[in-house]
This record gives sequence, C-alpha cells and structure tokens, in this order.
Amino acid sequence: MLAYLTVIVLIPLTAILLHAARLGFAGFVRTVTAPRVMASYRVTLGSAAVAALFSGLFGMLLAWVLARYSFPGKRMVDALVDLPFALPTAVAGISLTALYAENGWIGRYLEPHGIHVAFTPAGIVMAMSFVGFPFVVRSVQPVLEDLDPAMEEAAASLGANVWQRFSRVIFPVALPALLTGTALAFARAAGEYGSVIFIAGNMPMKTEITALLIVTKLEEYDYSGAAAIAGAMLALSFAVMLMVNLLQWWVQRREGKRL
Amino acid sequence: MKSLNSRIHLAVYIVFVLMASTSFLGAQTHLLNVSYDPTREFYEEYNRLFAQHWKATTGQDVIINQSHGGSGKQARAVIDGLEADVVTLALAYDIDAIAQNGGLLDKNWQSKFPDNSTPYTSTIVLLVRKGNPLGIHDWDDLIRPGIKVITPNPKTSGGARWNYLAAWGYALRKSGNNEQGARDYVKKLFANVPVLDSGARGATTTFVQRGVGDVLIAWENEALLALKEFGSDKFEIVVPSATILAEPPVAVVDSVARKHGTEKVAHAYLEYLYSPEAQELAAKYYYRPRLKSIADKYASVFHKVNTFTVEEGCGGWQNAQAKHFSDGGTFDQIYGK
Repeated sequence: MLAYLTVIVLIPLTAILLHAARLGFAGFVRTVTAPRVMASYRVTLGSAAVAALFSGLFGMLLAWVLARYSFPGKRMVDALVDLPFALPTAVAGISLTALYAENGWIGRYLEPHGIHVAFTPAGIVMAMSFVGFPFVVRSVQPVLEDLDPAMEEAAASLGANVWQRFSRVIFPVALPALLTGTALAFARAAGEYGSVIFIAGNMPMKTEITALLIVTKLEEYDYSGAAAIAGAMLALSFAVMLMVNLLQWWVQRREGKRL
Repeated sequence: MKSLNSRIHLAVYIVFVLMASTSFLGAQTHLLNVSYDPTREFYEEYNRLFAQHWKATTGQDVIINQSHGGSGKQARAVIDGLEADVVTLALAYDIDAIAQNGGLLDKNWQSKFPDNSTPYTSTIVLLVRKGNPLGIHDWDDLIRPGIKVITPNPKTSGGARWNYLAAWGYALRKSGNNEQGARDYVKKLFANVPVLDSGARGATTTFVQRGVGDVLIAWENEALLALKEFGSDKFEIVVPSATILAEPPVAVVDSVARKHGTEKVAHAYLEYLYSPEAQELAAKYYYRPRLKSIADKYASVFHKVNTFTVEEGCGGWQNAQAKHFSDGGTFDQIYGK
C-alpha cells in the first residue's frame, strides 16, 4: 500500500519539487510571488472556494432528495450525478461556454440584464461547481441513507419542527461527510484546468487561473518556473485541505462529546 | 479455471507475437510527422499524395502518421521523446527549441530546404462580421474605443505570436521605428481584447461560433477556412495595409530519423512539398504556395498583401521571442502594473 502511494503520488511530487529547486530560493520566491501569479491564486482559490460552498449547499440538497424521496426517474437522476466524473472536462467546458456565451441558449437571456457568465469569474465558478458537486452528493448521500428515520420521528414526537429536526438531528450527523465532500469539491476545483480554460476568458490579472500560468511557463520551455508555481499551488491546496481536515476532526470530536 | 487462464495467456502472447512480427517483417516504412493544429486537413491529403509518389519512384510502401496540436506543445512533446521523423510547425522558434533543448537536430536546420525551409506561407488578416458594420479597414481601427478584438494568447499559441508580431511590425513602421509607439499600440490593442484563448482554433471558435467580438486576428488559411465552413454570408476578410509573412517551417529530426533509418524518405517527404503537385494542394488548403506558377494560378484566392518578414519586422524569431514573449517581455508588460 505504501509502495503504491509512493509510486503514484510521492515520486511525482518529489520530481516537481526537485525541478523547482533548480531556481534557487530567491528565484523560486520571485517566480511564485510575481503579481500575475498572485492574481491567479486569488482567482483560482477564490473561485474554488465559492464553487465549493455552492457545491456544498446544492450537493447537500440533492443528496437529501435522493436519500429521502422517491420519484419517477430517480435512478436516472442518481446516475446523472456521476456524469461530471466521467465526462472529459473539456467537453464540460465547451458545453458550458456554448450555453452561457452571448449567443448561447442561456447567455442570450442573461446578457440583456447585464449578467455576464462566460469569460468572467462567474463562468469559472460555474465550471468548477459542475465538476465539484458530485463529490458532495456522493459523500453525504450514504450517510443520510443510513440515518435511521426513527431518530427524526422521535424528534418530531418530542415536538421538534421541520427546521429543528434538520438543524439538530440530521445536519450534525451529515456534517462530517458534508465537510469531506466540500473539501474534495474544493480540491477538484482548485486543480481544474480542462473545463475552466474554455469559459474563463483567460485575461491576465482577472480571469487567469494558476494552472494556465503553469502551461504558459511550459510553453516558454521554462520547466523550473512551471514546477515552482505547481509547487506553490500544491502547498496552498495542501494548507486548505489540512484546515478542512482539522475542522472535520474538531467537529467529530465535539459531536462525539455531545452524543 | 487454470486452463482458461493459461489459454488467455497464450492468446495474449500470440497477439503480441503477431503485432511484433508485422512491425518487423513488414517492408513498410513508417514516418511520423509532428505538426500543428490547422495543417491537419492539408497533411492528410498530402500524405496520400506522397505515398503514391514514393511507391512510384522507389517501389516502397510508406505509411505516414501525423500528430497535431498547439505548435509549442508539439515541440515540447518531441523534446520529451515523441519520436518524430519530421516536424512541420507554426514557427521557426519552436524548431529552434527542439535543436537547443533536445539537440535532436542541427542548429542550422533552416538552411536545409529552400526558402528558409518553408514550402508554403500564410499571412495574418482580419476577419469581421458581414458588411463590416464597424468599418474596420486597418490595424488602426482595432484600437478604437469599444471595438472588441479576438486573438489568442501569444504565450501559449504560435498563431497568436504571428498576430502579435504583425500588429507590432505595423505599429513600428507607422511610428517611424519608434518602439514606444509600437508599445502604446499593442497596449491599446490588448485593452480591447475581451477573451484570450489558449490556441488559434479556440479563438476562431470564440469569434465564429460564440459570436464574441467584432474582429478576429487570424491566419489567412484559418480565415478562408472559416468562410468556407460557416459561409461567406456571415463574415468577410479585411486585409490590413501591411501585415506579416508567416513562414511555418519544416525540418527532418536528424537523430530520430537516423535511429529509425528513415533519413532518406523523411528528406524526400519534405522535399516533395516543393513539387508542383504538393504546392497545388497547399493552395487548395489556403496556404500560399512558393512556386510562382501555382501562386499565379491561385492568385484570385489570395488577397494581394503588403508583407514584411519576422526578420524585417522584429529581427528574427530568437529576438522576437526574447523581447516580446519571454517572461517580462513586451506582452507581459501590457498586463503588468
């Protein structure tokens, strides 16, 4: 297992760091803190955070509907949730851009109201949410399905209203899974390239994601620069994931005490 | 169960042996042409033409495989080990990169075939919506306030570098070789660019299919193809008063060809591009032929243009790359603070 992890994950990561190390410390810092690169972190991580929150909210809702209600076509909807996993991300990007461009099916109704989605940060969030929300659904759904309806019924019989049943009974149980799902959605969004690149517009300082800057560096045959930015992105993503994991651990511990 | 397993193993083994033997025993020669995006259709047909020619002159069969993608990406793939016998890329700088970073071919590769090793050329033109509603006639119109210009990112697209150098070269001439004038021009130009696609095809799609922008800066062959594919009732081509002569070069990747034993056929493959038959084919796919007789024959297809080369406009590719597209170059300065 450890060997597997080493070959698949650790060796490539080490290669990135070794490549980046060729720049030297000063060169590394200069590369990863250049204004355009800094702007791209803001765009990427900011959009990923918004997309993760969005995915968390609607993923939770969808998981709830799938776990609790039965309706015609439910299996179909259930299967559709996995589609963003399977779809080549470029296809997602091209379809979303076609929909939200000025002359697109949806874009043409939004543009007259001054709502621009394609080629703006909103488009980036849209693409990132698309690839991220299945993580939330697939994390939360099993937990909700396992939740004994008797608990809710007990709460109801004790006089809890719908909101109380949700916030006091269901939500605390689902919270760790929701955090996991949201963290995964965030991670996926932060690393997303294929779908974002088509809808982002890629304007430097405004809608340029970090992954594009890495590709740009590669186009300049600047392998070390690309590795440096990749390394910085890795560290930032890791920091965020660690925070979410700590939060999750804290929530679980707190819940554990209360139960 | 065990016998089934061993039977499967045997079957797999036989398949491998068959595959291996066909590739060894076959008298066919294989050639890999690594090219850039818009040449796909042209080389598909040229490969058939050349295979016939090779069979007729030497009696040998040759199978040509082709690979397409962004020019810089393709060059990187070759440097990283994609075994291309020949490369046919968008700009000389990318083949220079293969010579420098990979050492896979001679530094003076560009002198090995006629006309700077560019059997066909193209140029950079403007594509506008039908009727030219905004009255765009030349480069100067692109920097008028409110005009939306579509061009890909020159950092990631070979075609976009030609676009950028065409605009730069024009502005430099107009301002009497005053570099500040050219800088101001490209800064205003890119202030009018709402979307920076990563490749030339992407920019064409944004303009043609997404309906974004008032004018697309494009390869002439790409613009003519867009007219053919989407109808000349939707778009029209505007030829600016001066533009760049785009020279997409070709080269044999010496060390790979030597290893494959394909030096002779690889050389013939590129040389044949200069033949009347191939030149005619290039013209059919909207590349400007070098051969005078064919160029004259297709004179009605191609607009008369007043062009300058990269050497004249920017002092060659190495200079252009270092000055404009490297980290902190004039393109980065446009978006810098």
